[in-house]
Amino acid sequence: MSAFAATFSDALSLLAHFDHSVLEIVALSLQVSGAAVVLGTLIGLPLGACIAVGRFPGKTTLSVLINGMMGLPSVVVGVVVYLILSRSGPFGALGMLYSPAAMVVAQTLLVVPLMAAITRQVVEDVWARYAEELQVMRFSWWDSVTTLLHDCRHSLVVAVLAGLGRAMSEVGAVMIVGGNIDGATRVMTTAIALETSKGDLALAIALGVVLIVIILALNALAYVLRQWAMRRFG
Amino acid sequence: MPIFPLSIHDLRFAPDGREVLAGVDLELGEEGITLVLGPNGAGKSVLLRTICGLIEPSAGRMAWGGAGGSRPQQGVMMVFQRPMMLRMSVLDNVVLGLKPLGVAGAERRRRGVEMLERVGLADRAGDSARQLSGGEQQRLALARAWLTKPRLLLLDEPTASLDPSASAAVERIIREIRTDGTRILMVTHNLGQATRLGDDIVFMAGGRVCEHTPVRAFFARPRSEEARLFIQGELPWRMRFQGA
Repeated sequence: MSAFAATFSDALSLLAHFDHSVLEIVALSLQVSGAAVVLGTLIGLPLGACIAVGRFPGKTTLSVLINGMMGLPSVVVGVVVYLILSRSGPFGALGMLYSPAAMVVAQTLLVVPLMAAITRQVVEDVWARYAEELQVMRFSWWDSVTTLLHDCRHSLVVAVLAGLGRAMSEVGAVMIVGGNIDGATRVMTTAIALETSKGDLALAIALGVVLIVIILALNALAYVLRQWAMRRFG
Repeated sequence: MPIFPLSIHDLRFAPDGREVLAGVDLELGEEGITLVLGPNGAGKSVLLRTICGLIEPSAGRMAWGGAGGSRPQQGVMMVFQRPMMLRMSVLDNVVLGLKPLGVAGAERRRRGVEMLERVGLADRAGDSARQLSGGEQQRLALARAWLTKPRLLLLDEPTASLDPSASAAVERIIREIRTDGTRILMVTHNLGQATRLGDDIVFMAGGRVCEHTPVRAFFARPRSEEARLFIQGELPWRMRFQGA
């Protein structure tokens, strides 16, 4: 058997036996990325919709800035969060560095611009069609934002999925602020990087398979839900 | 806040220097259905949008409820040619206009169900509004506006692209809204509809009101040359169908 096949077989064996270390890493990854996506949704979606609906000086500049921040390098975000949370930083007293909470903060900062930018684009298109009627009905600015977010909810699944994809596949920021501590802050991406460098390719591949399966499953679920919703609500 | 009489004086709108409204003068009393006729680009839809505050005029003034009256915060609604249908149920769409008025949720639903019965959509209350036909969507849009009890309702070609039976259903609702005490100002290109629905006609061309006369007088003896030419272009078509 070739080395590649043997490694792959070992990886499948780890998965088939529900290896404790694999499950632990997967669970923490889901917790950290899930929390970041929830926070990102709560911040990014209203932010994007507010930019789309609002009329204020600097709107174009803000839109360009948000778009540009979609490609923010994760290591840069990691360093910034590290400086903020380090003992000498403004939030050092919180003692969050090298904790899952710090990783959530870093991932949230990464997903918010992405989700806000997609939301702005989606809501702006709908706002262009509905603005007059909502204004005639005397909808307040905030009521317009919430109404449009609700109306675009099926399209905005894409924004949430994009955020989830970015959060789960991100490695640089969580490595810097989490420290990749075994049993404490080790997530799938940092574990894959570490195990590959150590030569333990079986665990790296097992985690890689889980990562891909989770992302594919979530995308498939979102697709099915979106198709159902489009049939139901048009 | 009183709305009528609504006096419009020398209303102008000129985006990028191009005059879309070139000095509109118009008086609207408290009752009736006024049809706005005119060729494409006459400024009809822009006039409606200006009246309901969607467009800020370049010049001129509107006096609401007598000399010096300002625009009322409530009581003016507009229904568009392609009405907004949010991705929610027919009932949720119809009560939408009550939300800014502060009507509570349960009361909104009660009034919504009543209104859907009036416009013949009660059996579709739970369906998605986007699954309705064009005619049903227009009835829903009228119901949504009617539910807010407007004093002035502006209609921008509500039957454009509807088949005759759907148009007839919409016209029936418009008459009911008028009977309910709402003043209606409606843009149409359909001269048959103008004779069926209208009390008076506002004829516009080139961004101006060329004449404002009762329906019968308008079709029998149009005062302006533009109106005469406009009717001549349309009437033979209409008469052939009437005679068939």
